[in-house]
Amino acid sequence: MSAQFSVGDPVHVRAAYPPGHVRTPYYCRGKSGVIVRFCGEFRNPEELAYGKYEGPVSPMYRVRFQQNDLWDNYSGSPDDHVEIEIYEHWLEQVI
Amino acid sequence: MSDHHDHGEFGMYEHDPLHKHPAQPDLEDTPLTHHQIMQMAVADLLIEKGVIEADELREQIEFMDTITPARGAALVARAWVDSDFKYRLVADSKKAGAELDMDIGPTPILVMENTPKVHNLIVCTLCSCYPRFLLGFPPDWYKSRDYRSRAISEPRKVLAEFGTELADSVEVRVHDSTADMRYMVLPMRPDGSEGLSEAALAELVTRDTMVGVTTPKT
Amino acid sequence: MTDRRRHHDMGGLEAGPIQNSEHAHEPWEKRVDAIKALLSDDRRKLVTTDELRRSIENLGADAYERYNYYERWISAVTNILLEKDVLSVDELGKKMAEIEARQGNRAL
Repeated sequence: MSAQFSVGDPVHVRAAYPPGHVRTPYYCRGKSGVIVRFCGEFRNPEELAYGKYEGPVSPMYRVRFQQNDLWDNYSGSPDDHVEIEIYEHWLEQVI
Repeated sequence: MSDHHDHGEFGMYEHDPLHKHPAQPDLEDTPLTHHQIMQMAVADLLIEKGVIEADELREQIEFMDTITPARGAALVARAWVDSDFKYRLVADSKKAGAELDMDIGPTPILVMENTPKVHNLIVCTLCSCYPRFLLGFPPDWYKSRDYRSRAISEPRKVLAEFGTELADSVEVRVHDSTADMRYMVLPMRPDGSEGLSEAALAELVTRDTMVGVTTPKT
Repeated sequence: MTDRRRHHDMGGLEAGPIQNSEHAHEPWEKRVDAIKALLSDDRRKLVTTDELRRSIENLGADAYERYNYYERWISAVTNILLEKDVLSVDELGKKMAEIEARQGNRAL
């Protein structure tokens, strides 16, 4: 599986709220950020969590978010950021 | 629990080096909790069934006891005295660790370098992921609801509670350690440390500086 | 609090000042840690990190808040061992009663 995104690409995190084991933090869903690193290909934690060990691997990235985009009343500097590992199936292209 | 030494049926416990300390009266009188009993039962059953061996369990505990923040500090001190090594550490901590005969474990650890412009801070908002192969067991505060909730959304206030004040011109970059990587901060070498040996520099590198809640002081 | 956010997913929620707390790990906590490490190794592959995380999350909000770290871990690991038929509820119940009896009649 080839990586859909490259470093520097703007991305949008899907606003999905499934039950079950998910590694995409609630606070970044529906938010936009920028890819800063390709981390490699990993099995999906949403399957590993239920004993499915042999599923396909897929790309995982580090995505950088501006703090001001994540919180309504962020109190620090406008240059402050958060970085989160996000699996490709949670990311959408920003058009 | 010193009486356990007299009973063969306790299996692993009679040989457990952790039980060879002198009796502690205040602990002797503390009844086991539900979860402690659960732990003993699970360990006994796993050993009886041959899923794990008592020796393996003891060796694993001894191994984890050897993993302390001194490992992370050794990497940081080397990076401070050798800028080529610093480059390799930030690029690939597993290879860089091997140069110091250090196995950083099966999970990739990304080393985040603090600079005059960027201060890094590590948290795990979903559980308590931590670079254990470099820093050992995480402290209780790292696993607390207060830290996990606030470090991500008000890092400067959290830093201030640890006595760390940063200028507005310094970007605070928080890493939410939620998936397949772990993170360690490479703090900046403090002013006044110019004449110090690598070993003396390592003494300045505390666990908290490698989580990013404090900065090294001479 | 919305039902869409699960209880363990707490980034950005209001909380109190950080208590700069820590304690030396007790022997039983180290044993829980070691049991989990052995069950997760390449030879056994009985508990993945994500299975442990899922099992801890599924203890429920009340237990998650009340249990300390290694209480959550041993509860979660035990539940996975039950799911995978490595242990049975009955043998756990009998073994725990045996251990309890051995430590005397002190109330839990």
